[in-house]
Amino acid sequence: MNQADFEHFIGFLKTKAGIVITAEKAYLVENRLSPVARKHGIGNANEVLAKLRQAPSAALVNDVLDAMTTNETLFFRDQRPFDQFRDKVIPELLQRNAASKRIRIWCAACSSGQEPYSLAMLFNELGPKVADWRLEIVATDISKTILDRARKAEYSQFEVQRGLPITMLVKYFEQKGESWALKQDIKSKVQFREFNLLDSPRSLGQFDVVFCRNVLIYFDHQTKADILARIAGVMPANGHLFLGGAETVLGVSDKFAAAPGLRGIYLPTDKAAARAA
Amino acid sequence: MSVCLIVDDSSVVRKVARRIVEKFGYSVAEAADGTDALEYVTSNPMPEAILLDWNMPKMQGIDFLESLRKLPDGTSPKVVFCTTENDLQKISRALWAGADEYIMKPFDEDILAAKFATVGLRSAA
Repeated sequence: MNQADFEHFIGFLKTKAGIVITAEKAYLVENRLSPVARKHGIGNANEVLAKLRQAPSAALVNDVLDAMTTNETLFFRDQRPFDQFRDKVIPELLQRNAASKRIRIWCAACSSGQEPYSLAMLFNELGPKVADWRLEIVATDISKTILDRARKAEYSQFEVQRGLPITMLVKYFEQKGESWALKQDIKSKVQFREFNLLDSPRSLGQFDVVFCRNVLIYFDHQTKADILARIAGVMPANGHLFLGGAETVLGVSDKFAAAPGLRGIYLPTDKAAARAA
Repeated sequence: MSVCLIVDDSSVVRKVARRIVEKFGYSVAEAADGTDALEYVTSNPMPEAILLDWNMPKMQGIDFLESLRKLPDGTSPKVVFCTTENDLQKISRALWAGADEYIMKPFDEDILAAKFATVGLRSAA
């Protein structure tokens, strides 16, 4: 791999998507860019990097960003956050928002849609007590290609078997040849938007709950702090932020503090709330 | 040690499944069809988990499950179907008969772990 091309690529990813990669991740670059090379008729991943430095087409830039930012996801990934959402956060919201009967959730890096759809199914499982409530889930991702997949909501047999209980598969999906298609009533609870976490989320509105799981790990310290500050700006003082198992706000941002007794959930600090108010 | 009964007429599938569930910490018993499986559960303590194929000679998985659930302790094992049958009607029938989870073959360790975890069975050593 040409050193100058690779260094340029590191800068390109940081500027366009805020993502930080190091030389040790060279193997990842090769894995992910080989399909892009094939698609664009370019010899290999190294030549993709060279092309990016010279005169890349918009389509190539788009496909490279897609390849480098698309991450695997599962239905009910890690289970615990969803249990906590159902058992701790939802009961609080049902009390707090009793007047508006409206709950707004932001899934900040939704990939192919399994996380927002898991939340929509979970909410539906609560039955009559939420029947007259309006659940709005805004799911965003930087990749247009992955959002198209998410909107389509069709998953392979392999994908529906990892994390999705069989009773939910039977209840919420229809068999479509080799794939499984999510039914319209759950699909309609999620709005997908293209969004770069380096931008301001204010146009998305305010959210009671934000899921930003397994995405901060890709950013450097300052970018993480900036993203957390922007998230704090679109949440009320009593909102809930869910981060991934390997992520924390500790030593990164003073806008959030760990929710007592809940793992992976963070609450805006007074300071952050005062700014948001 | 908790027991997982693997019921499948293919010795290859039993071997693959055995390797995985032993990793989860189970002691494994094997049966090659529903009749063998029924004999096992009536002459041994109920296993904690049963991984069950659908299409087998002598007694099919679904018939074994229906018989199992009628036994005195027959509701205690968690039964996870593991079969090439992948249409919605078959899955619904299995759930109706008392299956706790359902795996559509081919499967791998991740899928087995996810399904075991979903029904509260151990899924890691």
